[in-house]
Amino acid sequence: MASTPEDKQRKENLAGIGCARKRKEDPRFIQGKGHYVDDIKLPDMVYGALVRSPYAHARIKGINKDAALALPGVLTVLTADDLKPLKLHWMPTLAGDVQAVLADEKVCFQQQEVAMVIATDRYIAADAVELVEVDYEELPALVDPHQAMVDDAPVIREDLVGKDEAGQGKRIHDNHIFSWEVGDKSKTDATFKKAAVTVKEEMLNQRVHPCPLETCGCVASFDKVNGHLTVHITSQAPHIVRTVVSMLSGIAESKVRIISPDIGGGFGNKVGIYPGYVVAIVASIVLGQPVKWIESRIENLSSTAFARDYHMVGELAADKNGLIQAMRVNVLADHGAFNSHAQPTKWPAGLFSICTGSYDIPVAYARVDGVYTNKAPGGVAYRCSFRVTEAVYVIERMIDVLAKKLAIDPAEIRRRNFIKADQFPYQSALGWSYDSGNYPAALDKVLEAVDYEGLRKEQAEKRARGELMGIGLSTFTEIVGAGPSKACDVLGVGMFESCEIRVHPTGSVIARIGTISQGQGHQTTYAQIIASELGIPSDQIQIEEGDTDTVPYGLGTYGSRSTPVGGAAAATAARKIRDKARKIAAHLLDVSEQDLEWDIDRFRVEGAPDQVKTMKDIAWAAYNNVPDGLEMGLESVNYYDPPNFTFPFGAYLCVVDIDKYTGETKVRRFYALDDCGTRINPMIIEGQIHGGLTEAFAVAMEQQLVFDESGSIHGNSLMDYFLPTFVETPVWETDYTVTPSPHHPLGAKGVAESPHVGGIPCFSNAVNDAFSHLDIKHINMPHSAFRVWKTIHAQGLDKRT
Amino acid sequence: MIPPEFEYHRPETIDQALVLLTQHGEEAKILAGGHSLLPLMKLRFAEPAHLVDLNFIESLRGIKESNGLIEIAAMTTESQLITSPLLLDKCPLIPDAASQIADPQVRSRGTIGGDIVHADPGNDHPAIMLALEASFVILGSNGERIVPASGFFLGAFDTQLEENEILKAIQVPVSVAGSGHAYCKLKRKTGDFATAASAVSLVVEGGVCKKINIALTNVGATALKAEAAESILTGQTLSDLLMEKAVEKAMAICDPAEDLRGDREYKIHMAGEMTRRAIREAFAKATGGG
Amino acid sequence: MAKKHISFTLNRQNIDVLVEPRELLIHVIREQLQKTGSHIGCETSHCGACTLDLNGQSVKACTVLAVQAEGGEVLTVEGLLQNDKLHPLQEAFMQEHGLQCGFCTPGMLMRAYRFLQENPQPTEAEIRSGMAGNLCRCTGYQNIIKAVQTAAKNMASA
Repeated sequence: MASTPEDKQRKENLAGIGCARKRKEDPRFIQGKGHYVDDIKLPDMVYGALVRSPYAHARIKGINKDAALALPGVLTVLTADDLKPLKLHWMPTLAGDVQAVLADEKVCFQQQEVAMVIATDRYIAADAVELVEVDYEELPALVDPHQAMVDDAPVIREDLVGKDEAGQGKRIHDNHIFSWEVGDKSKTDATFKKAAVTVKEEMLNQRVHPCPLETCGCVASFDKVNGHLTVHITSQAPHIVRTVVSMLSGIAESKVRIISPDIGGGFGNKVGIYPGYVVAIVASIVLGQPVKWIESRIENLSSTAFARDYHMVGELAADKNGLIQAMRVNVLADHGAFNSHAQPTKWPAGLFSICTGSYDIPVAYARVDGVYTNKAPGGVAYRCSFRVTEAVYVIERMIDVLAKKLAIDPAEIRRRNFIKADQFPYQSALGWSYDSGNYPAALDKVLEAVDYEGLRKEQAEKRARGELMGIGLSTFTEIVGAGPSKACDVLGVGMFESCEIRVHPTGSVIARIGTISQGQGHQTTYAQIIASELGIPSDQIQIEEGDTDTVPYGLGTYGSRSTPVGGAAAATAARKIRDKARKIAAHLLDVSEQDLEWDIDRFRVEGAPDQVKTMKDIAWAAYNNVPDGLEMGLESVNYYDPPNFTFPFGAYLCVVDIDKYTGETKVRRFYALDDCGTRINPMIIEGQIHGGLTEAFAVAMEQQLVFDESGSIHGNSLMDYFLPTFVETPVWETDYTVTPSPHHPLGAKGVAESPHVGGIPCFSNAVNDAFSHLDIKHINMPHSAFRVWKTIHAQGLDKRT
Repeated sequence: MIPPEFEYHRPETIDQALVLLTQHGEEAKILAGGHSLLPLMKLRFAEPAHLVDLNFIESLRGIKESNGLIEIAAMTTESQLITSPLLLDKCPLIPDAASQIADPQVRSRGTIGGDIVHADPGNDHPAIMLALEASFVILGSNGERIVPASGFFLGAFDTQLEENEILKAIQVPVSVAGSGHAYCKLKRKTGDFATAASAVSLVVEGGVCKKINIALTNVGATALKAEAAESILTGQTLSDLLMEKAVEKAMAICDPAEDLRGDREYKIHMAGEMTRRAIREAFAKATGGG
Repeated sequence: MAKKHISFTLNRQNIDVLVEPRELLIHVIREQLQKTGSHIGCETSHCGACTLDLNGQSVKACTVLAVQAEGGEVLTVEGLLQNDKLHPLQEAFMQEHGLQCGFCTPGMLMRAYRFLQENPQPTEAEIRSGMAGNLCRCTGYQNIIKAVQTAAKNMASA
């Protein structure tokens, strides 16, 4: 059918898929009417504050609460001994381990939770924290993961002594958590032995923190009369919290209500279930009053959910033309004092096996060993799918290392090794089935846009003058949208996503989805999806998330799963409604269903264009005039179990100029081309890419949680921890190609994490590339001015003649 | 992050403030901009029983000129320094340095006096004061005394100011013809203290450096006056060779502590590099090239 | 410690509250006066989420004592709306997608509100330095800069 101006207008009225629709969330945020956890004030609410350990490793010989309890306004002080009768002094982690809720006889990291003071206001609670006297006997701290498994290493987890497994397979040392391996080791080893060229490099993804601007916190409110527990919480996965809270507390899941209100950024920090939440809940149950607990920034950076800390050895084997024949990676993963990383339960190293990247590598092997150290627990996915940043970093750095060894241009070596467009669906050596891609097209578009040849020429000229200029490339492939329940679960719950849609008689819609926005604009984009599927304007579609009492069970938002899984659930639920609507339309028009065709916002009788029923007509009829045998109403629920992950990709290029006298790196240009399949809201996509690139920049250049030999954390406030401001942040240029996912109902793949995952190696490659004419193979992140200068100075490049 | 309890005092005259300080002795702390003191109190590193807030004393605000001296009242904020036409015209080093401190909101509270008296080695004004040969007008119950910046800073967080004294004003000479100034500061990010910084104030006549002051930030327990470096350049025309000699002398007096900004070697080299850049910039300004 | 009565204007209304001397302005505004638009992100005056306007200047209210506001004029994001009309900055932030999670937004708006009075026609570089006391973890700032530029343009032509 030819598209008339009238059709176009009807389509535009929907503001559906592809529309740069303004966000529905914004009016409340710009007027200060956001509703975040710390904004909640309930009658009789009291405040919790945590007493934390000053030592990284110490035995607790005694805790004296008397002085704290004597302070007027203090209601109680809870310690592990108080939680023991309830069996709540330890809690299970998502990774099969246990974690102390309040330190039980010993502390295993600095700032570990030792006691919680509850008082009538937060000022008194803060005073009382100072009055709790804890008698510690300091123990030697284990800080370096490389020393974790030496014979005389201090044993961190005495509770696990003698146990040969800690929830994720066999362990071989008291400080060992798991070994996980994937791929064909013997074939890989054999390929390396006979390869013409091999490269091997140690590289670190340093310990960092997602550091959303809002810290973690909750308001727990137990109603003693009806036995209901309501918790407002900064959670990216409220249903998981409900299940865990129910399991821990024994309160029926139907009497536990978890609400994630507006969330001030998550980036993986708000996936975990933290001791502060649990103690606040216990305190509320004990006191029968609402209890608020809000982290300070220092507590946030010190104790909740770090990311990375992957000590990797990457290896590539290739022929003399740079064609990669095999890849081998060994990783030592520092998980801190408790294994509470947030991954799908069966995946101790997350989806790290995406480490073969965008390249057609015939054989590969990867092994990850997790160890305990006296540091905060965690290992979350910081704006990425599980361990995908680490995986993409190792391949994108290693391919540059190989390019340098063979004196092949980094763009050229990528082109030679790319999986070709006609190889999709592509089966990777480490077991993934890539859905779709067109890598050469993406790279070529970027190279042309920036005049790559010209940049290389300029670099050669600058080098001749002794100046340092670097050009970094990253042609990454992600794996997101966890995930197929056959592969992924959290504590046994499959990683599906859900959507419930109700179309009201007058044609407006409420849809409830099991994910939870932390700034991604779900209220806007989900409505667009449903608008296009149902032919109802998105402004008529209200999206609700985050309240476990009203929303169907969902696994939450992290690992770029909202669009790939939640969006698919929304589309599928909408299609169920459209199927029913077709039946009603056929009935109203007195034709058979097969005679109808869908036309933007209505069904029309094929061959009789004037005979139509709009969705508005049908919605009304659904409540008064349906065919015999059909239920009244127009609602549906879908639990979407994705058949596969999605594999977004992109090609990024970064140009840096380095001041050789100070080590400062200036990002002159950053060009990011993303392919996330079908694009739902281009405005929001661009915003997500800007944000992800800025976080990638921070990680690559300066972010790091630093520990001294005693295990004391340094740089755990925003004085030191690097969050770039307007001044430091580069300008971003964005571009795109569209290669839809064949298995997703809309062809969409997810985008918000690509810039972080792809950006980090791009910056790092650019800095490394500035030194590629010298005998330097790899420089670890973060590429702070200080660390870059150390390289420069060691090479004597800053000498004045 | 909650400060401990204290009693709050809001004097409206300097005399009232002095009485309060005498009365409460070492239990009292002066509250100026608050951006150093309040965070320390929130961390419970400082727990004064009395806070004497100088923010409402009119006579502690304002910038004026008399007899070749500019007098800056101690509670003048960084924002006021940056926008002062008098300073921009006759003592541009101060607005230049102030604009490199912290961020706009912090600068609208932070004061020049607070920055000087707190004497954090990372604070910027101490080095500026040394470079400008400033003097401090100090009031105590025994009256007024004027102390030169040189010698005022005794150690980290330690100055010649007594417990019951108040810094009333800062006096700096009006910059003369042929003078040039620069403050070059290397920092990791907005809001950070300097990794190293160098303040230079010089006078050039007929291509010859008649006089030069060089002072360094955050590479020792106090701001450091690089006197040996100054004497290399005094009376000379600027050359690469002399510049390098001077820089070497400046680096020689640095004794920084290693921290997340860098190790000693880096900080010393950065003090040298900032000095090199500041001398060049000041020289260019003095000779009309900047 | 004895509480003190303080009075000031909040969003053009007279306020009288009883506070402890140590109470931070941000806590009094958010908790006693229940204007929760201004947020707390770092508590060390680095993030700017608590930025509000005090006596015609942008300040970080996590590092100002409530007693210091005595007799002063305080404006928060809740006061930007006048006669039910959004401020041009509020319109521009929506127009240019200058926010995502919204947590930094009130502080951003309040700083931009004051900044555009200090500098009504800023360049991009001036916006970057003038807004450098406000952190955002979501947007990468680029669209916030656009929003400030758009607002400046609209205010000039109004």
